[in-house]
Amino acid sequence: MPLDPPDLVKLTRKDFQTPNDVRWCPGCGDYAILANIQKFLPSLGVPKENIVFISGIGCAARFPYYMETYGMHSIHGRAPAVATGLKLANPDLHVFIVTGDGDALSIGGNHMLHLLRRNLDVTVLLFNNRIYGLTKGQYSPASEQGKITKSTPLGSLDYPVNPAAFALGAGASFYARTIDRDAKHMLDVLEKAHAHKGTSFIEIYQNCVVFNDNAFEYVTDKKQKVEHALYLEHGKPWLFADGKKGIALDKTTMSPVIVDLEKEPARAEDIMVHDENDASGVLGHLLAHMDHPQFPVPIGLFRQSERPAYDAQVIEQGKVALEKRGAPDLKKLLFSGDVWEVN
Amino acid sequence: MAGAEAPQIREKVVIRLAGDSGDGMQLTGTEFTRSAALAGNDVATFPDFPAEIRAPAGTLAGVSGFQLHFASSAIYTPGDAPDVLVAMNPAAFKKNIGDLKPGGIVLANEDAFTSANLKKVDYAESPLDDDALNERHRVFKVAMEKQVALALDGMGLSTKEIARSKNFWALGVLYWLYNRDTERQVEWIQQKFAKKPQFAEANIKAFKAGYHYGDTTEMFGETYKVEKAKMEPGVYRNIMGNVALVTGLVTASQKAGVPLVLGSYPITPASDILHNLAKYRNYGVVTFQAEDEIAAIAASIGASYGGAIGVCSTSGPGLALKGEALGLAHILEIPMVVVNVQRGGPSTGLPTKTEQSDLLQCMYGRNGDAPVPVIAAKSPADCFYAAIEAVKVAVKYMTPVVLMSDGYIANGAEPWKIPEPDTIPDIPVSFRTEKEGYQVYARDEATLARAWVKPGTPGLEHRVGGLEKDFLTGEVSYDPINHQKMCDIRAEKVARVQQDIPPTYVEGDEDGDILVVGWGGTYGSIHVGVEKARAGGHKVGQVHLRWLNPFPKDLGDVLGRYKKVLVCELNKGQLWRLLRAEYLVDAQSFTKVQGQPFLVQEVQDAIEAALKA
Ligand code: SF4
Repeated sequence: MPLDPPDLVKLTRKDFQTPNDVRWCPGCGDYAILANIQKFLPSLGVPKENIVFISGIGCAARFPYYMETYGMHSIHGRAPAVATGLKLANPDLHVFIVTGDGDALSIGGNHMLHLLRRNLDVTVLLFNNRIYGLTKGQYSPASEQGKITKSTPLGSLDYPVNPAAFALGAGASFYARTIDRDAKHMLDVLEKAHAHKGTSFIEIYQNCVVFNDNAFEYVTDKKQKVEHALYLEHGKPWLFADGKKGIALDKTTMSPVIVDLEKEPARAEDIMVHDENDASGVLGHLLAHMDHPQFPVPIGLFRQSERPAYDAQVIEQGKVALEKRGAPDLKKLLFSGDVWEVN
Repeated sequence: MAGAEAPQIREKVVIRLAGDSGDGMQLTGTEFTRSAALAGNDVATFPDFPAEIRAPAGTLAGVSGFQLHFASSAIYTPGDAPDVLVAMNPAAFKKNIGDLKPGGIVLANEDAFTSANLKKVDYAESPLDDDALNERHRVFKVAMEKQVALALDGMGLSTKEIARSKNFWALGVLYWLYNRDTERQVEWIQQKFAKKPQFAEANIKAFKAGYHYGDTTEMFGETYKVEKAKMEPGVYRNIMGNVALVTGLVTASQKAGVPLVLGSYPITPASDILHNLAKYRNYGVVTFQAEDEIAAIAASIGASYGGAIGVCSTSGPGLALKGEALGLAHILEIPMVVVNVQRGGPSTGLPTKTEQSDLLQCMYGRNGDAPVPVIAAKSPADCFYAAIEAVKVAVKYMTPVVLMSDGYIANGAEPWKIPEPDTIPDIPVSFRTEKEGYQVYARDEATLARAWVKPGTPGLEHRVGGLEKDFLTGEVSYDPINHQKMCDIRAEKVARVQQDIPPTYVEGDEDGDILVVGWGGTYGSIHVGVEKARAGGHKVGQVHLRWLNPFPKDLGDVLGRYKKVLVCELNKGQLWRLLRAEYLVDAQSFTKVQGQPFLVQEVQDAIEAALKA
């Protein structure tokens, strides 16, 4: 039985706001994301009691406290597992996992991997600010190499994790990237994610104004983003720099190359055309490895693919089991196996 | 059995089967136990296997054992010393011969006593020919593999396949020796190997050949019979602890009318809980094999939050990983059950051996003050009732409950008088839907439980989390007085579980020289030890604690009624510490950490020693 009644009271953004003071630092990118989500949810036509936000630990993880829905602020890294249990208890709920780069890719990396391969029907909002905020500024697994922080005064040594490559490698059936400041784009991605059945993984570039300000300036600054952001649209070529440059495939090395169309206009037809549903998954992986500064950074839906969601399959197995083995019967349960009677 | 003498009647028999991990001793033991139970005997079993799936053949490390005790009177343990030892190779012989009763029977597979196998366990020559051995015990050497090969001749099986049936041959001999009815066993083999008719045929042939071998060679000279035990009238089944526990969980879920979700990560000796629960999908049970121990409990927490009975099953090392999450369940105040089937520790320890060394971990193994109710089952069948009780308390008090079992009762089996489903009380559960006056952490006056609200309930949207919360609204609160209040209330709530714990049940003498206190799977050995000490003229009482947190209300008084108190447990004195701390009682401690259950004799000696101390 679907929980969502068809004739809904119209909800507004206000319905999703809690009276709690929002306690992020002034200027933090989280505010914009919160506002966007609160704006987005009424458009879904889902009653708010059927929406649940589950988070782990970190600045982003405070998110559920500010949403007038059901929610749980759980423990570090484990939100995907909590959400899995919740969906197993009630698959009809609309569940969002709010996480950060440390929460999702460091302490909770294992859970994220398995969530993605199982394809639980939830939406993951990964607030990537490439730093540890709540613990006051240590480098994160997404920080660039050589990062000088309190815990790495000589520069960080570890090679950063690539969230897109990680997610797609783990079998994500939906991966998109968006930016805290780009409200319109984020709403568009959220809509697509909602329509997707399975785990929708959204990486949101989020500015930590206190500990890693302007980490994504190259895609947020109006001037710089022209050269450094590649906005993806289904069926449209991979063009950037106001259409003056594009990405082609070097067929000998099977790797992306930048084509300057002003210099080589004839190569316009070599430019890759975006296919969100690319069955092979190759396009998604190409995009995942296009990183700043060598390449423009792809923004948008990299890839979505159809695969049965974990929770839907659990329900299906339940139906089959019920058909095959019959309704619960305590007498049968208790008196099973080899029984004998003593008179 | 033409011409054979009438069987000799025996009250109690202990058989130990020992062989390589691949020799099928667990199966043989389980099968003989089944036949004894079906014949109306009381039974108790003790499977004892190595941690390695197949350790190198013929080595001491690879020896797998199964001890079974069957009797025409009530028994409580798998027995201290075997009457019969079946040894499939020199390693099995060497490891177990020291335990055999004087005059006991050795049935040895002579084919395996080759010079290579003897060398593996440092025997210069076959110990079976040793005069002293033959004086002490009745030794029967049989070339089992050759016998099986003869029986299966013409079936076109390979030598390896033929050798695989030798455990059924040995089973056949035991059937003959103890005058068991072979028909049901043959039926069972047919069913079990229905998909491989060739193996079914081979095993049946081997089984019958073993039986006839005993008969025609009159090898033992005499046979034995163990009459039916006098048991309460009713319908019985032979049940292992892990199976009983699962049956209890499913029953509790049905009686509560709330579906059960299990999050679990495979771990010895708890995995059978996952395997068995997975069979009950049609009972609304969902089993989730998580990616790790933490995910398993986190999923259970999510499930409970969603309105299911969240359960996770694990063993000591897994519980260590679950500590933080269990603290979350505690502060959220949601109902769930964490099953800990204990094994030998610390660290990876002795995965397949039993121990009771997780008590303090269950009590305290979390950051902060985070008490949870702790209940321990005392025998295989008792796991059924303990599971129901754990669920009942969890939902009534809105708290995670730790349910303790151990490797010994998890894999051991005993006859269980099956209760009629209607006699098991319902477990009342109500989900709040009333909007008016809802406060997330408002409490029931008697139990201090907060309301259970399912996400999806209109108008009751709220947030919970691991941060300290306001005592009423549940909103995040850093207020110092509020924190004190919440810690006090959470502790008080767990203490109030005492309301549901019956007065301490004392067996033996109600007061007197000494009270022997135990908990968990050691019940049987302690019980018999106490009985023997009483028969020796001492006034001895036995208390076997079911709830370790909280203790029964009257426990302090009971402890005070004896001149001495002795705490017996398979750890370094964990309950002993708790009792001393809680009741300022000068209790003595008797402990053992050898991965093995107590022998009755050990308990009896400990009581004698404590009385003298
Ligand atoms: S520390 Fe950074 S991420 Fe955290 S609230 Fe402040 S600005 Fe936002």
